[in-house]
Amino acid sequence: MIKAILIFNNHGKPRLSKFYEHYTEDTEQQIIRETFHLVSKRDENVCNFLEGGMLIGGSDYKLIYRHYATLYFVFCVDSSESELGILDLIQVKVFVETLDKCFENVCELDLIFHVDKVHNILAEMVMGGMVLETNMNEIITQVDAQNKMEKSEAGIAGAPARAVSAVKNMNLPEMPRNINIGDISIKVPNLPSFK
Amino acid sequence: MALKIVKGSIDRMFDKNLQDLVRGIRNHKEDEAKYISTCIDEIKQELKQDNIAVKANAVCKLTYLQMLGYDVSWAAFNIVEVMSSSKFTYKRIGYLAASQCFHESTDVIMLTTNQIRKDLSSPNQYDTGVALTGLSCFVTPDLARDLANDIMTLMSHTKPYIRKKAVLIMYKVFLKYPESLRPAFPRLKEKLEDPDPGVQSAAVNVICELARRNPKNYLSLAPLFFKLMTSSTNNWVLIKIIKLFGALTPLEPRLGKKLIEPLTNLIHSTSAMSLLYECVNTVIAVLISLSSGMPNHSASIQLCVQKLRILIEDSDQNLKYLGLLAMSKILKTHPKSVQSHKDLILQCLDDKDESIRLRALDLLYGMVSKKNLMEIVKKLMLHVDKAEGTTYRDELLTKIIDICSQSNYQYITNFEWYISILVELTRLEGTRHGHLIASQMLDVAIRVKAIRAFAVAQMATLLDNAHLLTGNMQRNGICEVLYAAAWICGEFSEHLENPMQTLEAMLRPKVATLPGHIQAVYVQNAAKLFATVLKSQEGNTDSTAAQETSQLMIDRLPLFVQSANLEVQERASCILQLVKYIQKLQQKDVEIAEEVNALFAGELNPVAPKAQKKVPVPEGLDLDAWINEPPSESESEDEQPKAIFAKEEPKHSRPRHTEVDEKELARRREARKQEQANNPFYIKASPSSQKVYQDTPGVEHIPVVQIDLSVPLKVPGLPMSDQYVKLEEERRQKERAEKKKKEKKKRKEKRSGRGKKHDSGPESEEDITPAHQVDIVTEEMPENALPSDDDDKDPNDPHKALDIDLDKPLADSEKLPVRSHRETPKSPAEDGDTENAALQEPKKKSTKEKREKKKDKDRDRKKSKEEKKKKKHKHEEKEEDLLGGQADAPVVQSEETSEVVAPPTSTNPEVSDLDFWLSNAPVPSNTQEATTVAEAEAAPPPEAASGTAPDSEPDQPQDADTEEAKSSKHKKKKQKKEKEEKEKKKKKKHHHHHHHSDGGGEESVQNGTVEEEEPLPPMSNYCLLAENSYIKMVYDIQGNLQDGSQVVVSVIFENKGDSFLKSMEFNVLDSLNSKLQRPDGSGPHDGLTVPFQLPPGVSNEARFVFTVQSIIMPQKLKGTLTFIVKNEDSSTHEKLDFKLHFTCTSYLITTPCYSDAFAKLLESGDLKGSSVRLEGVNMPFHHLLARICFHHHFSVVERIDSCASMYSRSIQGHHVCLLVKTSGQTVSIDAKCDEPTLLGNVLDEIKQTFSQC
Repeated sequence: MIKAILIFNNHGKPRLSKFYEHYTEDTEQQIIRETFHLVSKRDENVCNFLEGGMLIGGSDYKLIYRHYATLYFVFCVDSSESELGILDLIQVKVFVETLDKCFENVCELDLIFHVDKVHNILAEMVMGGMVLETNMNEIITQVDAQNKMEKSEAGIAGAPARAVSAVKNMNLPEMPRNINIGDISIKVPNLPSFK
Repeated sequence: MALKIVKGSIDRMFDKNLQDLVRGIRNHKEDEAKYISTCIDEIKQELKQDNIAVKANAVCKLTYLQMLGYDVSWAAFNIVEVMSSSKFTYKRIGYLAASQCFHESTDVIMLTTNQIRKDLSSPNQYDTGVALTGLSCFVTPDLARDLANDIMTLMSHTKPYIRKKAVLIMYKVFLKYPESLRPAFPRLKEKLEDPDPGVQSAAVNVICELARRNPKNYLSLAPLFFKLMTSSTNNWVLIKIIKLFGALTPLEPRLGKKLIEPLTNLIHSTSAMSLLYECVNTVIAVLISLSSGMPNHSASIQLCVQKLRILIEDSDQNLKYLGLLAMSKILKTHPKSVQSHKDLILQCLDDKDESIRLRALDLLYGMVSKKNLMEIVKKLMLHVDKAEGTTYRDELLTKIIDICSQSNYQYITNFEWYISILVELTRLEGTRHGHLIASQMLDVAIRVKAIRAFAVAQMATLLDNAHLLTGNMQRNGICEVLYAAAWICGEFSEHLENPMQTLEAMLRPKVATLPGHIQAVYVQNAAKLFATVLKSQEGNTDSTAAQETSQLMIDRLPLFVQSANLEVQERASCILQLVKYIQKLQQKDVEIAEEVNALFAGELNPVAPKAQKKVPVPEGLDLDAWINEPPSESESEDEQPKAIFAKEEPKHSRPRHTEVDEKELARRREARKQEQANNPFYIKASPSSQKVYQDTPGVEHIPVVQIDLSVPLKVPGLPMSDQYVKLEEERRQKERAEKKKKEKKKRKEKRSGRGKKHDSGPESEEDITPAHQVDIVTEEMPENALPSDDDDKDPNDPHKALDIDLDKPLADSEKLPVRSHRETPKSPAEDGDTENAALQEPKKKSTKEKREKKKDKDRDRKKSKEEKKKKKHKHEEKEEDLLGGQADAPVVQSEETSEVVAPPTSTNPEVSDLDFWLSNAPVPSNTQEATTVAEAEAAPPPEAASGTAPDSEPDQPQDADTEEAKSSKHKKKKQKKEKEEKEKKKKKKHHHHHHHSDGGGEESVQNGTVEEEEPLPPMSNYCLLAENSYIKMVYDIQGNLQDGSQVVVSVIFENKGDSFLKSMEFNVLDSLNSKLQRPDGSGPHDGLTVPFQLPPGVSNEARFVFTVQSIIMPQKLKGTLTFIVKNEDSSTHEKLDFKLHFTCTSYLITTPCYSDAFAKLLESGDLKGSSVRLEGVNMPFHHLLARICFHHHFSVVERIDSCASMYSRSIQGHHVCLLVKTSGQTVSIDAKCDEPTLLGNVLDEIKQTFSQC
């Protein structure tokens, strides 16, 4: 069984947390902090298994993690899971690769802004703490089909919202705040709601 | 309309969405909390709006905030609202939020039952999927109970996507609702051979989880798993199965033998490290389970160790780590094979990765022997010096102590060396484990009597150099060793070379800076030392020396009397007064040394840590009654039966000491001595020395250890353990040489410190004799210690409840509660939004199936022949269904057979199958043969037992139903109701059978024999829609209470021919009143594609939603089904016309009603009456009622003799009340309803129902 899946960045900011057992919000944050503490102080070239987070599980549980650029992917699993299998699940065939495919070169920003999508992808891979699917193509097919459905539901009504969000997602900070042509100074209106 | 939507969405698009929220939070780094609180206010506003899109957006944002640690449980109800949106987009958001923040104590969860059930049966597979995923996170016992049956139905869904999710979630359901395990297990087992690899993997996953906790119940699945293991190519599945076998082998060594070969093959062939590793792990488990030392398995061990070596040598730290982990498992049973890799493991101690170093340390623990202990510890000591970081150093320290002290110091041949190691360890700075070292010192000094002199000398040095240890005092854990040192010096002061010096060292003013408990020990032991010193000084003629010593005490002790620590203060003032008194006597020239010594006479013995716990309560002794009859106590103790008298060590006949007047303490001591004397664990030097011991408790009579090496007993500085290593080497060499010459063991024994000796190492192993024969005193245990192992399991472990025998045939009572809306009344709270129409059919199927399974078993004896035929038929169907090829056949068959045999033969047939399988040759190819043979063998018994089983049959359903009704949620209902329910259920079951025999479900054929025994004729709401030579359609219509304008038509399509049917399109000509709901974007005349294809002989169900405006009139819709018939060579386009008949009955929904509410309704006067008479109805009244309930969706409010009131409600909220009376063959029905047209039509339909029969 997988007890929890956590993604946080190099500073311990949670990017995704999925607990397959109930904890209060406070405990969850504490677990994330503790896990971050354990994981972040490890060197790059040491093994990816860690025994005994105090809060989660106990002696039967292991933390299995991988570190990519700015993100840590941590799975807390018990002894019924194969350590190497879970490592593979994180990287080689499944999780990160799927994210990569779905977001086209995934980076931390994708996870920050689309945590719901990451959850949806994860849901096709792990369910209730058990591995549901390990075939990346199958996962992507299902995720795509659901996204398509979402789009078709939005239909015509969704169009303006999409347009707005496209505008919102434009990289506004790059727009000059003031345009100076000779003496004429044009103040570009600040659009706080667009930011 | 469209414009309105667009306008609405334009308004909405300026709402903050999730991305805006995240962006906002990132832009407000400095006042994040404040920003978020304003956002939460916004969200609260959004949640108040009616627009579901706005709500969904808000919930989506809440999910994000939840991740950041904000409690969002206040929005639980809104989450439920979003979950129940009809749009997938919002539904998904709702379920995600629910899965993140719902838990068992979330009270709104109970509102979700029906919503989830509706989603589970949604025609859209992703609605179902999303519901399953969500449910897996927040399933509660109530949800599990109510939905278990629905989920079980989904396990046979046509889409593998749903199947795999449904299979997986069953594990959660089992955990929350253990009763569901047995009914669901057969189907779960079936899924192990699902054609879809995902489903198969899910089933393996679930069973592995189950089996891990209660392996013995799953042994019977071993053959099946074995087959999977040899056939599957999916590494995930293989790993799971192999792990499962690892859990099973300890229970069944024969299984292990069978496994070795295929596992070794896998080890050789696989390239996947993960699989290789798990194989090795399981082989290890197998080897452990087999009695070790079997010669033919040494190859496997070698293979494992060799593969593990490759892993450990790998540059990948992960492999290295796992290699070490697995190695430690081998170590337990085959230490020799691991010990040859000591080099590698010692190498790992230098690894930069702490986890790996710790693993290597663990391994070392098991690898030590008498031969290499010193060497290994020496290496470790080097690491201690090098280690940076106190945690690792502390770890090393504890490991060194663990290694040395394991199994009662088994591997230590030279205790002087060990003491020196301990003393060396005291030089560690900042360790937390000072107390550990201290307790080791105490333990060794107390239990190894021969070493006391040496230990005392060392401790005296330590005390002398205390200032070296106590650099920074209180914070320094190492000062704990001074506790031990002081105690040892005091207690065994007779061994002290220079007690006066030590006494002085103990009374230094600096001692006052030590922690209180240590000071207390100092003070107490100073007194002991004082006694010793006094004794030696009094012998002299000069009495001034003795007086000077007293003066020293009197001078120094006041320092301690002022101590803030109570303990120290008390002891110090006590002793001070004593010494003052002694001084007075000394001045009078009284010899008092004897008396002072008497204060500290006697020996302290170690007491086992569990001693107190192990004291048994003697049989017949009531601890409460004791006070009233005090005299009887001593008797009862003497009368203790020997049975409780189990000690860890075997004893010879034990003479009991029954000196009546002796004090308890003395008696015990004597007993202990006696016991030690008779204990074979102690090697006696000679019978005479044994006697010597008994008579003279002193050491003086025995020649003091003449160690054949010249270790200086007083080490001036701190000792170096290394010199002992060298000396030990020399000693061993010398010994070996001596040994060659002649046996000189006796001499050694003479040298030993005490008469009774414990030769900690019999000469066996490497011919290493301990440097001195040591007497390791065992810890004292109470007289009648119970050998209890304290492996109490966690009583809260949810898996405990899942320890269920799965091989027993299903009893009738063991059914999942089916909450079918037809008849089951609900708690009034849920009245409003109770039932939804969907998923009637699958539910029935599964009930039926379970029932049928049971029936099979019971009846099979009688009709074994018939049954056989059916089995075959069923079997064929299964094969077709699974498209699984012949490979599946034998196993399925054997399972079936074993089910058949189950009741008559008391022995479990599956187990015997297993026996058979296990006793077979271990070649995998034999498996199938074996099972078939087993099947053949199993076949005869049913006939033999046929006489008995059916007799009990008629009663069983009744009981079972009662039980079921009780177990179901609705047990609060009145007794009467229960009765009615019972009947209804019964009927329903019939209905299932019936339906399936014509509807052609997977198991349909098995029902042929059921009806005649049941009191009720079969009923089905499914009526024929249309039929031709290719296809047959039956349908049922149910209203949807949640939407007053919707009905759901369930159509079962059955392929009657032997060709493949595909591209089925279902179309209906809409009327003004009723319209088929088509997906967005399709025209009003487009057909709906039936979401499946039909292989020959298969049937499946599809649901179509219709909107109806008015429900007061029945109506008919014309429709057409078009489909393509595909043969091997040709495909033709066919069509089939049909007429859908929407009866008024189908708009009614079974709704429970309490009699008082019913009475109020009738009194209200809003209802208009009507009545009808039925003639010539000759059926029992309860049958009649059941029929009305079943076919016309009524529920019984009250029944008095031959009169009953019934109630139902239409989807648009019309109340329909019936009063049914019967006399003879005439039934009169008086009815009231707020819509007379509807009522008239309903009554007509009721009339028609009864005219048909």
